[in-house]
Amino acid sequence: MRTDVNKINEMTPHQELTEGLMMFAGGTSKGFKTGEWRTNTPVFLEEKCKQCLLCAPVCPDCSIPVKDSKRAEFDYDHCKGCGICAKVCPFGAIEMKEGR
Amino acid sequence: MEKSLEIRWHGRGGQGAKTAALLLADVAFKTGAFVQGFPEYGPERMGAPITAYNRISKKEIRVHSNIYTPDLVVVVDETLLHSVNVTAGLKEDGAVIVNTAQSADEVRLLLHGYKGAVYTVDARTISTEALGKNFPNSPMLAAAVAVSGIMSRETFMKEMKASYSHKFAKKPEVIEGNMKALEMTFDALQDALQEVDEKIA
Amino acid sequence: MPKKDRMSGNEAVAYAIKQINPDVMPAFPITPSTEIPQMVSSYIANGEVDTEFIPVESEHSSMSAAIGAQAAGARTLTATSSAGLALMWEELLLAASNRMPLALALVNRTLSGPININCDHTDSMGARDTGWIQIYAENNQEVYDNFIQAYPIAEHKDVHLPIMICQDGFITSHAVENIELMDDDVVKEFVGEYEPEEFLLNPGKPMAVGPYAISAYAMEARKNQEIALENSKDVIWQVAKEYEKISGRKYGFFEEYRTKDADYIMLIMGSAAGTAKQAVDELREQGKKVGVLKLRVFRPFPAKEIAAALSRCKAVAIMDRCESYNGNGGPLGSEVTAALFRNKVMIEAVNYIYGLAGRDFTVENVFDIFAQLDDAVTSGTEIEQYQYIGLRK
Repeated sequence: MRTDVNKINEMTPHQELTEGLMMFAGGTSKGFKTGEWRTNTPVFLEEKCKQCLLCAPVCPDCSIPVKDSKRAEFDYDHCKGCGICAKVCPFGAIEMKEGR
Repeated sequence: MEKSLEIRWHGRGGQGAKTAALLLADVAFKTGAFVQGFPEYGPERMGAPITAYNRISKKEIRVHSNIYTPDLVVVVDETLLHSVNVTAGLKEDGAVIVNTAQSADEVRLLLHGYKGAVYTVDARTISTEALGKNFPNSPMLAAAVAVSGIMSRETFMKEMKASYSHKFAKKPEVIEGNMKALEMTFDALQDALQEVDEKIA
Repeated sequence: MPKKDRMSGNEAVAYAIKQINPDVMPAFPITPSTEIPQMVSSYIANGEVDTEFIPVESEHSSMSAAIGAQAAGARTLTATSSAGLALMWEELLLAASNRMPLALALVNRTLSGPININCDHTDSMGARDTGWIQIYAENNQEVYDNFIQAYPIAEHKDVHLPIMICQDGFITSHAVENIELMDDDVVKEFVGEYEPEEFLLNPGKPMAVGPYAISAYAMEARKNQEIALENSKDVIWQVAKEYEKISGRKYGFFEEYRTKDADYIMLIMGSAAGTAKQAVDELREQGKKVGVLKLRVFRPFPAKEIAAALSRCKAVAIMDRCESYNGNGGPLGSEVTAALFRNKVMIEAVNYIYGLAGRDFTVENVFDIFAQLDDAVTSGTEIEQYQYIGLRK
């Protein structure tokens, strides 16, 4: 009875919904593209970045991937453009620009 | 015991009237009867008047109301006679047993003209002699059995011995005292019960 | 071999719990249900069960912990009464909507005010629309039997709903009566192991319980929950049938006592049903055609079945041990009359409120009620459709 979250939407009849709307699957939020909500967009200026990694943990949407102790490009599928990362960056390596 | 028997207990919170009613249900159950033993509950206050009930029958008991026309009333504390009408609804061919040092005739004066049988048991003296403490409920339980005749003295004593041995496994001296209190009660009531039997005969 | 014994209603429930040996019991004490967690704690201390007891700070917490434990994959129960059930209010709805098959031993007690500790059905009736299955007992035997049937009903794959096993506070919970107890292994085999398909503490198979649902989903979820409650009707029957095989005792949605040719029927729940039966026997000896319909399952409400059972009589007395302050009768009164109307059973139906806050209900009360019904039907005397019995006036 594992749930395929991609097969459920607002047109699904009640008979095909899970009991108690339980989600029998993990990490289903990945399938939910919250990046669509973004009205301001952070831009990563790699040349100014010292890889201090202060930005990654403060992101509420885990949209700053870190690999081998280095941050990579934003995950724009999920970044809502809140700007916390830009505020916290001591080196001006994240700039907010208007629009998506 | 041919018909079903309804008993009402009057006592004060902390004197063990409820325990006596539950114990009576217990021993009667062991003789194969259908039983009910239940207290009337309110806020629990030491010394406040309380009521407990027994129904004992050969047939299944289904009624779940209090008892208003008992066959037998047991009064564990005689001071209640001044504040509670203990014989209210008591059947004329029934009986009331009162824990008191007074005689049955003296007690009858306090019973609002009740015409049926009146028995008295000096449970305080019996308990103090047998147990060294005033626990009136054991003598009153024995009196209830003796007067109602729901089982023989021998059966009752056997069942109570088993019950006390289980309850006071670590205090054997209490078992002996309680058993003595029961025996003394039966002995004390013997003459009074015989008198009634003779009258009936 | 079944064992003949005598015990109180609370002892009977605790004994059933011991035989079932559930996984988790979070509980908070409240009169008159306190003895149940107390006795289970003793069983645990004596090593007779391996249930995990969680002492909590309130009933809000006990039900929350119960939902959590059940979601984690544990067979869970709690016990409460009165204000304790009221404090669980929000969680009762969550337990049902999250489809948690947990059990609650309810010892019915009134709710304030005036503050009072005695029996009526105000507490469980207040929770009647929370999505729980509710089963009521006449005596200690029934509450024992009902509790053993609780998990097989609640955990059935077509149901997955919480279940409330109700008994009358003090009247049965604290009264010692005869009872027949089944062997431990018979009970264990009947109830079986709890093996949920999906549960939270299941490594590698993550899941989410109780997610937020926007309007586009929430109504569908409620319909599904309603279907589950309807499904429970069949399951309650099946489980009762299986239970009869091991116990010899028959159960259904209700018991029909001498109703077959009855002109007048009293519809009643809980311990007072026994008193009503006794009165019926005495009236039958006088040639009066009277009977009792003792409702056992209040949720799901067996409306059609009740209407059919009442269709041949001339008048019914619908007995509510609860005032619902709707100005029109008690909860049973409202639901039974609705059932009669929908099924076009047009008989005289009088709703009596009785036994509030421990007011005694006697054989004489039953005589009075049947006399009123008879008077209304045979002499055409106008009868108050909604009235109190046993009230000083």
